[in-house]
Amino acid sequence: MTSPAPKAGFLPCGDTALVVEFGDRVDRAVSDRVLRLQARVAKAKLPGVVEMVPTCRSLMVHYDPLRTGAAKLEHEIVPLLADGEAVASIGKSWRVPVCYEGDLAPDLDAVAKRVGRTTDEVIRLHSSVTYHVYMIGFLPGFPYMGDLVPELALPRLENPRLRVPPGSVAMAMRMTGAYPVASPGGWWLIGTTPIRLFEAGRARPSLFVPGDRAKFEPVAAREFAAIKRASDAGDYEVRSEELTS
Amino acid sequence: MKPHLKVMQPGLHTTIQDVGRFGFQSVGVPVSGALELEWLRLANALVGNPQETAGFEILLAGPNFEVCADSVVVAVAGSGAELDIRGDQPRRVPAWQSVRLRRGQIIGVRVPQSAACCYLAVSGGFAIVPCLGSLSTYVRGGLGGFQGRELRAGDEVPLAFERAPDRPAARADGAALDLPPGPIRVILGPQRDCFTAAAIDAFLGSEYIISDNADRMGMRLVGPTLAHRDGYDIVSDGIATGAIQVPGSRQPIVLLADHQTTGGYPKVATVISADLPAVGRRRPGDRLRFTAVDVATAERLRRERETLLRKVIERIEVVRDDGGLDLDRLYKENIISGVVSGFDGTP
Repeated sequence: MTSPAPKAGFLPCGDTALVVEFGDRVDRAVSDRVLRLQARVAKAKLPGVVEMVPTCRSLMVHYDPLRTGAAKLEHEIVPLLADGEAVASIGKSWRVPVCYEGDLAPDLDAVAKRVGRTTDEVIRLHSSVTYHVYMIGFLPGFPYMGDLVPELALPRLENPRLRVPPGSVAMAMRMTGAYPVASPGGWWLIGTTPIRLFEAGRARPSLFVPGDRAKFEPVAAREFAAIKRASDAGDYEVRSEELTS
Repeated sequence: MKPHLKVMQPGLHTTIQDVGRFGFQSVGVPVSGALELEWLRLANALVGNPQETAGFEILLAGPNFEVCADSVVVAVAGSGAELDIRGDQPRRVPAWQSVRLRRGQIIGVRVPQSAACCYLAVSGGFAIVPCLGSLSTYVRGGLGGFQGRELRAGDEVPLAFERAPDRPAARADGAALDLPPGPIRVILGPQRDCFTAAAIDAFLGSEYIISDNADRMGMRLVGPTLAHRDGYDIVSDGIATGAIQVPGSRQPIVLLADHQTTGGYPKVATVISADLPAVGRRRPGDRLRFTAVDVATAERLRRERETLLRKVIERIEVVRDDGGLDLDRLYKENIISGVVSGFDGTP
């Protein structure tokens, strides 16, 4: 399949960042192009590039205006946009335990009612998909994952919570994610994970990075408590495998 | 007892900040760092530190510290700020001037009336392990600085040195960094196309007031509303410091050091990096106007600011006890090159 990819556009973000935009919607093909460009720019070690932030639609390249400039960077990035060269996938595929029970799933009943399914069906629909990590944002370590099955798609809560408990597994629109720390939030809370999504002291502070995969695995409340104890003690390793394709 | 500064009064919002935390925005960690980076860098130069050393960022109301170390050299940077030294030899020390203090003396920091912030640098910096490569405090995420939070009364902030290097007091012309009055310069975009032509005209042609809703994440402005052409929800993209986003309220928000790394509101324009310090020091009630420049102009203006700061640092002069300038000692001590090249480790 070699349908020509839509042209990428460059958008100025002041004089310290440049956005390379591939689309204006959430789309796996767009995300793949964003992540491929990120890998190529990283490999090219362009002078003055400070860091990059991939999102669903675009790649933001932060730069030091005393070491490079927008025109020079754009000139250097254009050749890297050609999709000829394959870039090896470097992500991981995670198995994330989630308890979808009781107080740990405060919106589960409401979601089931809104989408016209039983809670068991909601759990099955949510935990049967291997999600793609489009981006990390909002909070350190908060993964935006998709695509949620259309049967579960709901708008954000009309009344966002002032405090979402840490570990809450949430969904809205065609996205799902998990809150690393307590925070305000407007997504539906359908479960809780006992694992630590972000710890500054770890070699890999954020469990997920853009391009990773994740599948949720339902666990009962007792198992949740056991994993949480181990995880809080630094004694639990989230199961994962390297992505190869 | 390890050398430290004891917080007697914390001020309104005092945090440890350096030049920022880089390399983790892709996993959602904001850059943070000083709102007024030039002032922090100059404060460090005044006490003989490398410019990127962490210091205290003090917002709106100043803290008091007790010196719990043999000696420490400090300097406050910020137009109109001053130090109120109590205990032995009480005196006032103006901004842009270093002072050597001994155990038991009290440092009171007076925040200027005209600015939202000022910076206190301490010789040698803090004995705190960096978090993700930086000492900047990101309070919302509980990262960095002193226990990931703003200072509280009773905190003992550890100093790197028990005894400050012996060097004469230094003074800088910090006022040279004040910008001539004029509009804040921005580059339109990245989402200027999300706004009506009338909205762009209103944004560039009107005065905005900084509301009380202003903190290290951003400042909400109040002024003419800015209409979106096609709704205000966009698929999230990256955010640069200085981006001016316009949510459903149609009132702009200037995003500052602790801004989120990504966001889903259209951004009408971005403050150029040369003018970010000038925005960072503004306080609620201040009025702002904006004018658009192109990227090449912004890059030139940034180089000019950098040259200006370098000159101000090169011209740091020694203060004799009587307040006069001691040129002889200046050359003998080689303080100028010492300050420019950063702390040289002389005990």
